[in-house]
Amino acid sequence: MGSTGEFGNGKAGGGGGLVVPEIKFTKLFINGEFVDAVSGKTFETRDPRTGDVLVHVAEADKADVDLAVKAAREAFEHGKWPRMSGYERGRAMNKLADLVEQHADELAALDGADAGKLLSLGKIIDMPAAAQMLRYYAGAADKIHGESLRVAGKYQGYTLKEPIGVVGVIIPWNFPTMMFFLKVSPALAAGCTIVVKPAEQTPLSALYYAHLAKLAGIPDGVINVVPGFGPTAGAAISSHMDVDSVAFTGSAEIGRTIMEAAARSNLKMVSLELGGKSPMIIFDDADVDMAVHLSTLAIFFNKGEICVAGSRVYVQEGIYDEFVKKAAEAAKNWKVGDPFDAATNMGPQVDKVQFERVLKYIEIGKNEGATLVTGGKPTGDKGYYIEPTIFEDVKEDMTIAQEEIFGPVMSLMKFKTVEEAIEKANCTKYGLAAGIVTKSLDIANKVSRSVKAGTVWVNCYFAFDPDAPFGGYKMSGFGRDQGMVAIDKYLQVKSVITAVPDSPWY
Amino acid sequence: MATESNGHRAGGEENGGGGGSFKMPEIRYTKLFINGRFVDAVSGKTFETRDPRTGDVIASVAEGDKDDVDLAVKAAREAFDHGKWPRMSGSERGKIISKYADLVEQHAEELAALESLDAGKPVGVTRVVDVGNSLHSLRYFAGAADKIHGETLRMSRQMHGYTLREPLGVAGLIVPWNFPAVMFFSKVSPALAAGCTMVVKPAEQTPLSALFLAHLAKQAGIPDGVINVVTGFGPTAGAAISSHMDIDVVAFTGSTEVGRLIMEAAAKSNLKQVALELGGKSPLIIFDDADLDKAVELAIGGNFFNKGEACVAGSRVFVQEGIYDRFEQKIADAMKNWVVGDPFDPRVNQGPQVDKVQYERVLRYIEQGKTEGATVLTGGKPCGKKGYYIEPTIFTNVKDDMIIAKEEIFGPVMCLMKFKTMEEAIARANDTRYGLAAGVVTRDMDVANTMARSIRAGVVWVNCYFAMDSSCPFGGRKMSGFGKDDGMHALDKFLAVKAVVTPVHASPWF
Repeated sequence: MGSTGEFGNGKAGGGGGLVVPEIKFTKLFINGEFVDAVSGKTFETRDPRTGDVLVHVAEADKADVDLAVKAAREAFEHGKWPRMSGYERGRAMNKLADLVEQHADELAALDGADAGKLLSLGKIIDMPAAAQMLRYYAGAADKIHGESLRVAGKYQGYTLKEPIGVVGVIIPWNFPTMMFFLKVSPALAAGCTIVVKPAEQTPLSALYYAHLAKLAGIPDGVINVVPGFGPTAGAAISSHMDVDSVAFTGSAEIGRTIMEAAARSNLKMVSLELGGKSPMIIFDDADVDMAVHLSTLAIFFNKGEICVAGSRVYVQEGIYDEFVKKAAEAAKNWKVGDPFDAATNMGPQVDKVQFERVLKYIEIGKNEGATLVTGGKPTGDKGYYIEPTIFEDVKEDMTIAQEEIFGPVMSLMKFKTVEEAIEKANCTKYGLAAGIVTKSLDIANKVSRSVKAGTVWVNCYFAFDPDAPFGGYKMSGFGRDQGMVAIDKYLQVKSVITAVPDSPWY
Repeated sequence: MATESNGHRAGGEENGGGGGSFKMPEIRYTKLFINGRFVDAVSGKTFETRDPRTGDVIASVAEGDKDDVDLAVKAAREAFDHGKWPRMSGSERGKIISKYADLVEQHAEELAALESLDAGKPVGVTRVVDVGNSLHSLRYFAGAADKIHGETLRMSRQMHGYTLREPLGVAGLIVPWNFPAVMFFSKVSPALAAGCTMVVKPAEQTPLSALFLAHLAKQAGIPDGVINVVTGFGPTAGAAISSHMDIDVVAFTGSTEVGRLIMEAAAKSNLKQVALELGGKSPLIIFDDADLDKAVELAIGGNFFNKGEACVAGSRVFVQEGIYDRFEQKIADAMKNWVVGDPFDPRVNQGPQVDKVQYERVLRYIEQGKTEGATVLTGGKPCGKKGYYIEPTIFTNVKDDMIIAKEEIFGPVMCLMKFKTMEEAIARANDTRYGLAAGVVTRDMDVANTMARSIRAGVVWVNCYFAMDSSCPFGGRKMSGFGKDDGMHALDKFLAVKAVVTPVHASPWF
């Protein structure tokens, strides 16, 4: 696991010549300043390549969240951000996008060291996607339209779409940068002010973005970042009496907690983007090599730490044998190593907890009687690396087929007919995504309409776009990210009705 | 500067620079811009563009005719059918359009100066308004390019239906001389966002900024052939565009008269789509309860801004009888402070009319008004010894059927009339073949709402005037034209809607 250290500022650390980037921001960002936590406490964030501590970060708790919400509320009620024209907000957001692009290498390195994400992909996927997301919403800010209404009586009616107020954003550790901008960009466009709690596993890039936001001219108090833990800082946000909307991406388990807290406190608006157990359905007429490529990507990309991972792969019986052989080989060739090494396909799991959890599921799979095709073990003597793992002879009711593993573990199953595939695909409490591989138009249309998932990918996977709404059905959550509809989470609709007496026209 | 009667001071004798610290722009681009290069006209001909402060020639510009339009269309067609522009993602086009805006911003001073020089517009205004508007338009549509949506349809049978909105193809854009750069971008920005390619014919009176903007477009990374600029005259270059068999849509801003010609030519040739933003005789209606100072300010701005060379000029001012006398007194007083002079002098409110033809035309209408029996409250004469300056003119005792009350004068001439009731105001406001804009000045909500709904115009301004914005759809009714500029609706002119329908067999869900 050597590494190439072409990242300038970093220092070589650890035994293997690891590059560790310089870490500039480790305090809470509240009202435009970096400050210590009220309690003075800090917590560690670790490098999953080694398990070593990267740095200590200020640990926010309720008192800090209170300060952040206060700053956000002030910025909303009396600051300029919500009152600026959408066009002007868009200009500031575009500047932030410029700054993200200028610092892309440094930011990609931060996520690499903090989350174990591939440096090369960070530079060519995560950072550009984040900038594109910002620019999309920068251009949306002046296109937030209500409607004039044909009201039945002698009235004039129209709707105004107003920013909802102070937004709480709680995001996960798997795509620290993408997740930050996924929530923050539409909230900014809408004119809201924000308190972000990044995941405790990956607080570093969020703090850097706070710094860049200030440089871009986003006023103090509009974006606040409070790194800390779920049960303390996260809970403080979801139960805060002065937060108007909370947007969360993470596990279904935490999603429940957040929704309950929202209900118990001030009935704040809630949007949840939760887990998944997404089916990849491969038909006999599929191009087998494409199908293998897509399904490999669908479960091993980002070390399986992705909500839309295609973790259940259904292959029609006609091509099943050929598929298994090729998929096993592809998994064996999927290189596990230091994410700063350009040759690596997959870095370590994000931390010890996840690492142990995935290994536990693998053991359960073996105990339940699934057949291990490849992988199934940790790898390397340091850090949290796991071999890409494929199980076959998986039954629908097995734990590994029902529960989200969030690691590089594929469950492979065979099917006969389209109807069977549809039924099995839907046999889950989740409904986030689905993949279909086929050349048949009819099958594509039929299955895409029948699968209960928020995104259906046909002959592709992970095909995200800032303009395409994304979100779940069933216990994968509700509310959408991306697209113009994402802004709805951060808007209130107000109807204004005026009497128009005696007009010749209405 | 010499002071004339009525307090209107004329500048311009001291040619070239007035009292301002403004640098005269260097004229760098005077050839046609086709397929990414500046080229002479096929015929080698050139024409002159003149400085309206003096009538002197500023520069000789290549004169495009049918042959040049053919070359431009050929380049645009190639760029559309085989080039990358229409096939790029909206997001990528948006980035390039943003870059274009950045370049325009970097060259703001030069652009503002070109506009002022070529069109006689006050330089303080062109720097803030014309350049500002141009930037806003480009950035608005840069952000729109990746948000062009069709719909999926709930069809009544077992069908999967959706619409695609596709770029229409090659657009012909014929733009006028009153706001040359603003007009350029009002058409070019949405056309670029939609993924179309285009041939722009700027007005012969004001060709300079369009050529400069073509140069900046290339620097911004807009591929060759996407934007082509053919300078020249209406009956030659303009006609070649509107009757071209390989242009898919022509969008025009200008006079109703020329709009007709364009539409006829489009019909006779290939039935290309047409969008026309034409003239107006817009009413400004001031009620008894209006804030009087505000009303006077709006009437002045609405008539004399940009020397009255604005399609939306509120040239028919109706004042309710209760405040009429006070209004007349106040506006006559206010006009004493209105300065006519060299547009490069920052103190000036009104520059010269754009050229000799317009100048003589406006003076003819003024004489017409006097002959018809209207009373000159202020102005009524040319101003200064050189160039095309006219005193801001207000007529009173105007009858609705007078020529000056019916025809678009396109100069600094206001018709001031009295009215009694709201119903009368509505009837008289609508008594015109035009329908571009209208202004209503009142504090009463019911009056505002009723007037807004009853006037047949494309935009109604309540307690404001010229309140335009890149996000607000703008365009006329009746003989003021059809089609919208600004707002997401502006894209429609440049998009084709295609429905795609597939049967969905035996599916449990539709």
